[in-house]
Amino acid sequence: MAIYDTWRAPLPGGKRAEEIALRFDRGREHRLLVLPPLFDEHNKTRHQTVETMRKLDAAGIDSFLPDLPGCNESLAPLENQSLTLWREAVSDALMHFRCSHLLAIRGGALLVPQGTPAFFYAPAQGKPLLRAMLRARTIAAREAGRDEKTEALLVQGREDGLELAGWPLGATMIRELEAAEPVIGPETRIVEQVELGGSPLWLRAEPGDDPQQAEALTRIVASGMLGS
Amino acid sequence: MSGQTALSSNATAPSRSQIDTVLRAILRDVLGLDEAQVEGFDGDTGLFGHLPELDSMAVAGLLTEMEDRLDIVIEDEDVDGEMLETYGGLLAFAEAKSVER
Repeated sequence: MAIYDTWRAPLPGGKRAEEIALRFDRGREHRLLVLPPLFDEHNKTRHQTVETMRKLDAAGIDSFLPDLPGCNESLAPLENQSLTLWREAVSDALMHFRCSHLLAIRGGALLVPQGTPAFFYAPAQGKPLLRAMLRARTIAAREAGRDEKTEALLVQGREDGLELAGWPLGATMIRELEAAEPVIGPETRIVEQVELGGSPLWLRAEPGDDPQQAEALTRIVASGMLGS
Repeated sequence: MSGQTALSSNATAPSRSQIDTVLRAILRDVLGLDEAQVEGFDGDTGLFGHLPELDSMAVAGLLTEMEDRLDIVIEDEDVDGEMLETYGGLLAFAEAKSVER
């Protein structure tokens, strides 16, 4: 059964704030922290992520989906967040929910602490994520009759932050996204889209879901965690 | 690279039908259509401005996926209403870019 719970996440300046987490928790041995994609891709895949957690529950795995500060139901302003802060939040959430493993989807993989046993589903680098958001902004500007250039926006964003496709991103977030890459180690299991079949749901213009893909991802994670 | 239909890397420019196949696969993913539906696209099939779900974020994702799977770079000034308006316009653009690379 899914329950909403709270946890305390770090904020800039050493403060903390209460954030929500969705949990499927029966106090079992196998506990998985789930990191969804970032920004627009998160919205596109939320349903699918929760569907996967439901199947993991049936497979005997407890799972936890925390709101990072500035995301989803969080009251913290997104423009004050950075990848560094989110990485700290992920480390805290791992401890708080006593998770041994992580499932990170797309840009979620950018937040995984080194050395944590993790499944990376279609891990994304920061740069193309930023590029797509910059492009969404220049296309929307052109539609509105304004001419904006990606390069000029980026220069501005590195100094002052930028609102991209409705997401207010601070200067630190933009600079960190430009350079961010998932840290892949011997404890990382990369899951490619072809292993799940179907088409990548974060690309969809309209959010969708695909039970067969959720089933396939659950099988891969369960066999990695339970050794079955 | 999402592991979906992409060009195999070789030195020569891809053929028109290879580009057509990759482009249809991307549109299938973005629009959530099945194979038969995207097979029905012709040069006049309307895209941006004709399909309400194809907003600026979806188009941005589409172009970024084209860069990835077709191994091309799309500049700000390449993006205009004409190339995005129809399937034929987008295919002609992708072909021209693939020759450049």
